[in-house]
Amino acid sequence: MKTINIPFMKYRRAAFIFSGLLILVGLISLLSVGLNLGIDFTGGTIMHLRLGDDYSMDEVREVLAPFGLEGVPLQRVGRGEDGMGNEIVIKTPELDETARREIIAAFRERWPQMTGQDVLRIDNVGAVIGRELTREAFLALVAAALLMILYITLRFEFRFALAAIVALLHDAFVIIGIFSLFRLEVNSTFIAAVLTIIGYSINDTIVIFDRIRENLKYRGNRTVEEVVENSINANLMRSINTSLTTLVVLLVLFIAFNYFVGAMDLKMFALALLIGIVSGTYSSIFIASPLWLLWRKAGLKKKAPAPS
Amino acid sequence: MSQRKKKQAGLQALFFIIISVLLVSASIVFLLNWDDYLRKGLDLEGGIYVLLEAVDTGDAEIDYDAIQRAMTIIRQRVDELGVVEPVLQREGERRIRIELPGIDDPGQAMAVIGRTAMLTFLSPEGEVILTGANLKNAYFTRGEYNQPVVALEFDAEGREIFARATQEYLHQVIAIYLDEELVSAPVVQAVITDGNAIITGIGSAEEAHSIALMLRSGALPVRLVELETRSVGPLLGENALRLAFSAGIVGLLLVALFMLFYYRFAGLVSVISLIVYLAVVFLVLAALKATLTLPGLAGLILSIGMAVDANVLIFERVKEELRLGKTILTAINTGFELALRAILDANITTVIVALVLFIVASGPVRGFAVVLLIGIMASFLTAIFLTRMLLRMAARSRLLKKPAYLGYRG
Repeated sequence: MKTINIPFMKYRRAAFIFSGLLILVGLISLLSVGLNLGIDFTGGTIMHLRLGDDYSMDEVREVLAPFGLEGVPLQRVGRGEDGMGNEIVIKTPELDETARREIIAAFRERWPQMTGQDVLRIDNVGAVIGRELTREAFLALVAAALLMILYITLRFEFRFALAAIVALLHDAFVIIGIFSLFRLEVNSTFIAAVLTIIGYSINDTIVIFDRIRENLKYRGNRTVEEVVENSINANLMRSINTSLTTLVVLLVLFIAFNYFVGAMDLKMFALALLIGIVSGTYSSIFIASPLWLLWRKAGLKKKAPAPS
Repeated sequence: MSQRKKKQAGLQALFFIIISVLLVSASIVFLLNWDDYLRKGLDLEGGIYVLLEAVDTGDAEIDYDAIQRAMTIIRQRVDELGVVEPVLQREGERRIRIELPGIDDPGQAMAVIGRTAMLTFLSPEGEVILTGANLKNAYFTRGEYNQPVVALEFDAEGREIFARATQEYLHQVIAIYLDEELVSAPVVQAVITDGNAIITGIGSAEEAHSIALMLRSGALPVRLVELETRSVGPLLGENALRLAFSAGIVGLLLVALFMLFYYRFAGLVSVISLIVYLAVVFLVLAALKATLTLPGLAGLILSIGMAVDANVLIFERVKEELRLGKTILTAINTGFELALRAILDANITTVIVALVLFIVASGPVRGFAVVLLIGIMASFLTAIFLTRMLLRMAARSRLLKKPAYLGYRG
């Protein structure tokens, strides 16, 4: 069997530029247009109804007009017998229980064949909950990052911890940037996705760092750069196989949820993880490892100018 | 190979086969019957999730006792709706979380749960004559024109007050309010001494049913506002469940095929461990009386990825050892030892994330964290113990005699 030996560290400059640009674009998008926040963050109501095969958007707006909601975003979904969407998703500002009941009653009057079962989903989230969610997300992110820095510093050393955290911030930024750029909706499941990616990214980085740590002990006359490269190469099949299998599972999930409107949030979840896993695998090799190498070299120069 | 060694190898092979078949079949039987011991979440079965918060109105103090009483009343209302296994929980100081699984008409339940339902009779001068506190019973019935009405029956004190009031305001209007809403304003036709009254002017039979139900359970001692509601119709839930399961099974099959193709015999071992791993996760979930939700299923499918990773890490390490020219058994032993530390460190960092999520997050994200947490631990245990045991057994038997069986192409 041929041993793989790709000089990954040679590409570090290209990788840094690529990642830098990616993050820059994401950051510009984030600062200018921000995120497309769903009702979990902004508060609001979503009603998902099955109206039957023959309905037009104008009819729906007519029903909504008496409630002053004729201008709200509507989405035709589902699949009726004629292949057209027979369901509708209505997104409105927060409505109280009475208003929701009256709207549903109006729809049932307009489409008399509707039963209680055709009210597929009603979600109503108060603005308070949205604010709490944002705080929770921020808290979770900071707490997780600090605890991981602590753990990696204890098990490895501070430079490893720092490199790993930069890599995971990279992944978090990539995913948030892409969601901002393509105006993909962000809900509470997105937070779970970002945190899962952080978990995956750190997992992937640690496996490589573990190998670097091990190889440093039996370094012989290899340079640190060679040690890093050998470690990445030794791990390459694992990196590829693991990310491929996880990607396959996620892809199946994504395709399945694509056909199912009730799982809109989960579709986004699967998508976020798909992007995150690619980014996480990439950043372990092209961001975390070279960063550690650079810092280590810089540290050695400062501490021990004597020849080794 | 000596006769004794051969016999021993045969025995190991037999053990391997028996243990594998037993474990896999027990796991599959257990997994197929998950419906019996795992509760389905609202998103998979249909139902309502409501988060209510008590607000200050000036006349009612919100304390522990008031929330507790409110919960008792809500429970009573929910019971009357016929909900099986409702969940009512206090959250923080002044919040109540309600989960009602398997409801056919979420709309009706929503109309009933959080409403204060304070019934008041007002005199023409606008003074409160009587409230719902003096009610003995309330029920739905039909009035003389077959219109839906709510019949009221007062207790002894109420009967007395009502008799006096109807005498005092004979041929005048008494207004009947439910919370701030005027339900009807009948003219008193006669003095009523038997303590019975009816409320007319109710829009529909459904509404009359709801009002009667709320009056029977009594008014809530505090005003509750709705912070969050998620109601999923049963059809949507059923679809979600079917879809998530088929996606999970297809995903698993693809992973199994990949492992078999790439790691051959070792791949088979990992597939066996993966099936057992799934059963372990379900077992723990069942023991914790957890509810399986859609985010939970997503967490499960993701943790399968992590379980596969542990196996891949080990097998790649074993291959490296084989490359160094070690025997299969030694390669397996050293490979495991070397992979163990990486798996441990990697898993602990992921556990940290999952734990933080579990502590900080609420609702669906939390459900995801629980499954992820259990998944990581189960994957660690099955990879370290089961995969190792089976591989070593196979290595000692004649089942695994060539490095090629491990996917090693030297």
